Amino acid sequence: MRRSRAAAVGAVTLSLVLTAAACGGGSSGGGGSNEQPKTLTYWASNQGASLEVDKKVLQPELDKFEKETGIKVKLEVVPWGDLLNRILTATTSGQGPDVLNIGNTWSASLQASGALLPWDAKNFDAIGGKDRFVESALGSTGVQGQDPAAVPLYSMAYALYYNKKMFEDAGIAEPPATWDEVAKTGKLLAKDGKGGLGAEGSNLSNNIHQVFVLGKQHGADFFTPDGKADFTSDGAVAAVKQYVDLMAKDKIIAPGNAEYAQNQSLSDFATDKTAMVLWQTASATFKAQGMNEDEWGVAPAPVQSGAPGEGTATNSMVAGINMAVFKNTKNTDGAMKFVKFMTGDEEQTILNKAYGSIPPVKAAQEDPAFNGPALSVLRETLATSAAALPQVPEESQFETVVGTAVKELFADAAAGRPVTGASVKAKLEKAQQQMPKK
Amino acid sequence: MTTTVAPGTGARTAPKDQPGAEPRRRRSGRLRRIGLPYLLLLPAVLLELLVHIVPMAIGIVVSFRELTQFYIRDWTTAPWAGLDNYALAVDFDAPVGEALLKSFVTTCVFTLISVALCWLIGTAAAVFMQENFRGRGFLRTLFLVPYALPVYAAVITWAFMFQRDNGLINHVIHDQLGLTDSPPFWLIGENSFVTLLVVAVWKGWPFAFLIMMAGLQNIPREIYEAAALDGAGVWQQIRRITLPSLRPVNQVLILVLFLWTFNDFNTPFVLFGKAAPESADLISIHIYQSSFQTWNFGTGSAMSVLLLLFLLVVTGLYLLLTSRGRKATDV
Repeated sequence: MRRSRAAAVGAVTLSLVLTAAACGGGSSGGGGSNEQPKTLTYWASNQGASLEVDKKVLQPELDKFEKETGIKVKLEVVPWGDLLNRILTATTSGQGPDVLNIGNTWSASLQASGALLPWDAKNFDAIGGKDRFVESALGSTGVQGQDPAAVPLYSMAYALYYNKKMFEDAGIAEPPATWDEVAKTGKLLAKDGKGGLGAEGSNLSNNIHQVFVLGKQHGADFFTPDGKADFTSDGAVAAVKQYVDLMAKDKIIAPGNAEYAQNQSLSDFATDKTAMVLWQTASATFKAQGMNEDEWGVAPAPVQSGAPGEGTATNSMVAGINMAVFKNTKNTDGAMKFVKFMTGDEEQTILNKAYGSIPPVKAAQEDPAFNGPALSVLRETLATSAAALPQVPEESQFETVVGTAVKELFADAAAGRPVTGASVKAKLEKAQQQMPKK
Repeated sequence: MTTTVAPGTGARTAPKDQPGAEPRRRRSGRLRRIGLPYLLLLPAVLLELLVHIVPMAIGIVVSFRELTQFYIRDWTTAPWAGLDNYALAVDFDAPVGEALLKSFVTTCVFTLISVALCWLIGTAAAVFMQENFRGRGFLRTLFLVPYALPVYAAVITWAFMFQRDNGLINHVIHDQLGLTDSPPFWLIGENSFVTLLVVAVWKGWPFAFLIMMAGLQNIPREIYEAAALDGAGVWQQIRRITLPSLRPVNQVLILVLFLWTFNDFNTPFVLFGKAAPESADLISIHIYQSSFQTWNFGTGSAMSVLLLLFLLVVTGLYLLLTSRGRKATDV
C-alpha cells in the first residue's frame, strides 16, 4: 500500500518535471532585455592554430573587460565546421549566446533570419560611430541599404604566398603577378612530385572565394543586381573553368589536391611539397607548422593579364570575421559594451596582432605591427582591390551549390576526365536550379 | 499491501474501526488495480512524446511549409506551401528530384550489399567460433573491437587511411604491391562507394556476429549429436538445424541492420564531409544537405517524410512475410 502510493507520487512528480522541462523552451518573440546585466555568453570563432590557442589569446582580454565593467563573459570557442549550424540552432530555439562571431560572408544570410540585432545609427553611436571602420570591411556586413547585421572584428584578404627556397632552386626571381605568369612559373616548379600551386578542391568555401574573384576579373557576378542567381553567364563559366584548368590543363595543381578540405595544402606548403598557395592570412598557420618567417614571401594575388574592363583588378574577396549581437540577448546593454570594447582601438591592435589579421578599425591600423611586408600586401589589397562576396540572403546556398560544383569538377580533372566549357556550364546549370525559387 | 499488527497489541484494533477503514482500502485497491499501471507508464509516455512523437509531428507540419532562412526564427510564421515541397522532391526531371532519386537508388544498393556482407561475415564468424580452440576468447574480443569503438574516431581513422597521397591503403596497393598504375582516389569520385561499403561492413558485421553468437548458444547440442548419429554431415547440420533454429534471431537482426544502414549518417558524413561525392551520396546526407546546407527545411522535411513512409512500408512488408514464413515452418 505505502509502496504503491510512493510509486504513484514518484510517477506524477516525474511527469510534472518532464512537462515543465518541455515548456522551458525559448520564446522567439521581441528583442533583447537587460534581465541579466552581469553575465554575457560569447561564441568566438576559431582563429588560432587550435581552440586552446584562442582561449589563451581571448581570456586575458575578457578578464580585462570584467575588471572595467564588472560583467563576466563566458567564452566558448566554436570550430569552423560547427559554427553555422550552431548559429542556425540558436536562431531556431531562441537559446543562444549574447554575442557571437560570424564569417562575414554569412552576414546577409543571417540578417534575413532576423536573429541578429540590426546596427542602426543609434547602435553604431554606442560603439563610437560607423566611420571608425574601414569601408571595404563594412561592405560585408549585410544587404546594401539595410542596417548591418554585424560589425567587422578581424579583416583578412587573399594573397599569393610563395616558398622562397623553391623559387630560388628553380631560378625564379620574381613572384608571378598575372595568371599567365602563375601558369608559367607553376610549370617550372611542378616536377619531381612537387606541386606548383596548392588548392583545397573539396573545401566548398575556399572554392567559392577563388571562383568569385576570377568571376570579377571576367566581369561576372554570380547574382544579378536584383539578387537572382546567375551562375551560367559566360564570365562565370570562364572563371570556374580557369580555376579548374590550373589542374586539368596547366597541371600546376597536383591531382591529390582535389580531395583536400582540411588545409592540407598549407601543410604541403610548409613541408616544401608545394611552391605557392593562394590563401587568406596564412602566416600564423605557417609559423605553427614550423616555418621561419624568412622562408616564405607574400605577393598580391594574381590578376588577368591586361584584360580591359571594370572590376578586373579585383584580386581578393573581403575576408574576415564580424561580431554580432543575438537579438534574444538578456543583456543588451552589456552586449553593446562588450562589442565596443572588442572593437576599441587598443583591443583591435592586441587581437589582430595575435591572429595575424588586419584591424578593420582605421585607428588601429596605424600601429607599426601592421606595417610588415606581409601585412602591407594584405592591407593594400583590402583597401584597393578586394570585393565583398554577394550580399544577398541566398549567399550561404550559393557557397554550397557552386562550391560543390567546383569540387566535382576538380574530381573530374583529378581522375583525368576532360573538363570542357560544356561540362563546366552543365554543372553550374545544375547548381543554379538547386537554388531556392524567388 | 500488508497490515502489520504487532503481536500482543491485537486488542487495540477495535472491530468498530473496520467499517471505516473498509471503503478507503477498497478505493486505494481500485486505484492500484486500474490507475497505477497507467500512472507508472506516464513518464515513459511523456518522454516518448517529447523525444519522438512531437518532433515527428512538427517535421510533418514543416514539410507543408516554405521554411527558409527568412522564417527559421519562428517557424510557425512560415507560409504554407501545400504540396509544393513534395512536388519538388518527386519531380525526377528537375535537378532536386533527380538528385534525390539517384541518392535513393544509391542508398538501396548500398544497403543491400552492406547488410548481406555484414550478415554473411557475422554468421560465418559465429559458426566458426562455436568450436572450442585455443585463443577463442581473445579472438572473440578482437572481433568486437569495431563495434565497441566510438564511431567518429573509427571512421576518421579510415578517412586518413583512404587519403590518396599519404594514406595507408594506397601505400599498400600502389607503392608496395604495384596493383594500380597511379594511386586511386578513394574519397572523391567513383571509388567513394567502395570506400563507404568497406567502412560500413567493417563497422556493422561485429553486431551481426554478436547476435548470431547468442542465437547459436541457444540451440541444444543434443540435436546436433542426434543428427550426427543419423549420419548428417556438417553442411546438412547447418542447413537443417542451425539456420532454421536461427530464423527468429535472423528476422530481427536483418531488420535492425537494414534500418541502421539505410539511415546511417555518421559514416558518410565523417568520411566525405558536407558534400558527399555522387557515387556515395546516401539519402541521410542528401536530406541533411537539402535542409542545413541550402537552408530549405521545408523540402528537407518533405524528403524525410517520404523516407519514413518508404521505411514503414518496407518494414511492414518484411515483418508480414517473415512471420508468415515462420508460421509455416512452425507447423
